[in-house]
Order: sequence, then C-alpha cells, then structure tokens
Amino acid sequence: MYDAGKIIIGLIIFLIIITFPVWYNIAMGKATYIPQLEYPVDAEQCVADSAYIRASHMDLLNTWRDKVVREGERVYHTPDGRRFEMSLSNTCMKCHNKKEEFCDRCHNYLAVDPYCWDCHIEPKELVP
Amino acid sequence: MKIDRRKFIKFTSLTTIGLAGTPIARALTGEDSLLAPVKPEPSLDNPLTARRWAMVIDLRKCLSKEGCTACINACHLTHNVPDFGNPKDEVKWVWKEPFEHAFHEQEHEYIDEKLKHAPTLVMCNHCDNPPCVRVCPTQATFKRETDGVVMMDWHRCIGCRYCVVACPYGSRSFNWRDPRPFIKKLQPDFPTRTRGVVEKCTFCEERLAKGLLPACVEACPEKALTFGDLENPESEVRALLKENYTIRRKPALGTQPEIYYII
Repeated sequence: MYDAGKIIIGLIIFLIIITFPVWYNIAMGKATYIPQLEYPVDAEQCVADSAYIRASHMDLLNTWRDKVVREGERVYHTPDGRRFEMSLSNTCMKCHNKKEEFCDRCHNYLAVDPYCWDCHIEPKELVP
Repeated sequence: MKIDRRKFIKFTSLTTIGLAGTPIARALTGEDSLLAPVKPEPSLDNPLTARRWAMVIDLRKCLSKEGCTACINACHLTHNVPDFGNPKDEVKWVWKEPFEHAFHEQEHEYIDEKLKHAPTLVMCNHCDNPPCVRVCPTQATFKRETDGVVMMDWHRCIGCRYCVVACPYGSRSFNWRDPRPFIKKLQPDFPTRTRGVVEKCTFCEERLAKGLLPACVEACPEKALTFGDLENPESEVRALLKENYTIRRKPALGTQPEIYYII
C-alpha cells in the first residue's frame, strides 16, 4: 500500500468525525436521557397497565379504531371489569389532556410522527 | 269470612287511594318520573338500533318555512364540515337542490312553477345497493350489515374519488384543501378530515350509538324529517310511507335509496 501512514491517519480522523455524535453524547451524559412525561394528576388508572400501554398503545388504538368504525362497537371492557368509550379524543385525551407534555415528548424523542391529530382534535386546540 | 257491600266499597276505595298515593307523593316531592315519560340520558348504554335505518322528508313541511337552513347548520356544525366559501371546493353533507334537479325524472313542462324551483333537501341516500361501496378500492366506504348505514372509514380513504364519480346523487364531497382552517367552530368530540379525503353524511351513526336522533332531524323546527326503522312495521317511517304517496330520487338506477320524499 502506498502512503499507508497518510491513509491510516485519514481513516482514523474519518472514524472520529463519523462517531462524533455518539461519544459526544456519552461525554456530555446525554446518552442516558429518557423523556420525562407529565402524567395526569387527577386520574386513577389507565385502561391497561403501564407496561402494556407503553409498548402497545398504538396497537390498542388501532384495534379501537377498527372496532368503532367498522364494527360499530364502542365500549371497551377492561379485564378488571371497568368500561370505557373506545375513543382517542373522548377517553385518552380526557385524562392525558396535555399532548405536548405527554404524547409529543416520547414521539419526538423516537422521531415518530403519528398522524392521529391530523383529524382528531387535541384538547389544546379548543382553547380560543 | 263474610264481606257485605258496605265493607267491600270501603275496602276498594281505600285500596284505590293507596295506589294513587305513590304518584301523588312523587309529584309532591318533585320526583315526577311516573307522571312524565322518561327520556334516557344520552349514553352508550342505550343506543338507537334498527335493522334498516331510513328517513322520510315531508317536503310540504320543509318548504313551508322559506330559507330555513336549521338542519344544514346543525349537521355541518356537529360534524366539523368546513366552509371554503367557494362552490368549487365545497364540502357538504346535507344541502338544498332545486326540485327539477333533485327529481329530474319527475319534472315536466307543465309542473307547478313553485315546486319546479323549490329548494329540495338532499343528502346521502344510504342506498340498499350503493354504487360508491362497489367501486371503493380500499373498502373505506362500506355498508353496515347491521342497520344499512353506508359508512365511511376516513382512516382508509386514499382520495381516489371513484365514489364521487359513482354516486348518482352527488352526495360525496372531496377535500381539495386542508379543511381545518375553514371550520368555523371545532367540535372536540368529532374528528375533522384531512386534505385528500372524501366525506359524506353517515346518518349520524355516532349519535345513534348514544341514543340520539340525527342532528338534522333534531334541529328541524317544522318536524319535516322523520327517522326510523324501515323493517319495523310499527315505526313512524313505516306509518308515514303507508299513509302518504312517497317518491325517491332516481329509482330507475336500482340503487334503492332510503330517503323518501312526501311531495
């Protein structure tokens, strides 16, 4: 290999630059960042346990959507016998009424952009 | 045991007074549930159900109040229907059409001039044989087997507008622009639509699920709209259809529309 020294030094500099965001965030202590969500204060219990909601709320919402729109079923029965209207705006957002401090913080962190609120109205929009 | 007439009369009259006691006591304490028919609270526990929803529009009553748009306003407010203020982009669920256009098959040279141009209330006919459902490539619009409502799943609509072309009644509107800024007053419990989605009347299925009549029926000051179960011979719509001669829009197409008009 000609100019081995120059190439190897160049490669090392390249690797340092390309991995810059990773080690910079480790060095600044940002690698362990977890979004802090604001939970509703006056609500007792969600429609399912937090672990399930955290991992699968989108599946639950998809199921609710299909049940309501396509099958005309509107009441959700939890395993412990509570009943809820299957509705994002009228059930979820009644307790989680701060979209920016709850939904958005996690979605932004994970860079996902759900289109729920293209149509469904978030509570904030009602304040004139 | 022997009961003479005197004793019998005494006993029966006391019993009658005793039976009357409960409603009187209720009326006095303000609990008038026995005296007045109770209207159940709107809730998911007591939905309105039917095997085949249908509507009868009494045009005589409807036309008696000139320029009235109560039903249109109520519907468009309830369902976050945008007003773009220009006929090219217009989105409408229920609207008025001159009689000669709504019923062009009924129109002829010598028809009553007043009726000819009369603003006729029209909306989605919730056909028994809906052409819009047949052409929808994503099944975003479908016919509910339970009660005959031609439903729309706005989540699925891809905006191809086949249904707009297929519908012979012009009941479907397309959102050419983002409707959000053009909605005068947002109703939080009902979604809006986005650009690129078709929308139409859904017979207020979200209200029926809560035991409420469609918004237009409730809003009509002339009680010109009657909503009910076509398959229930005891229903109000069936009574109206039996007593009056009714017509439907474009019956020859075989779509079996379920909005009936008394002329």
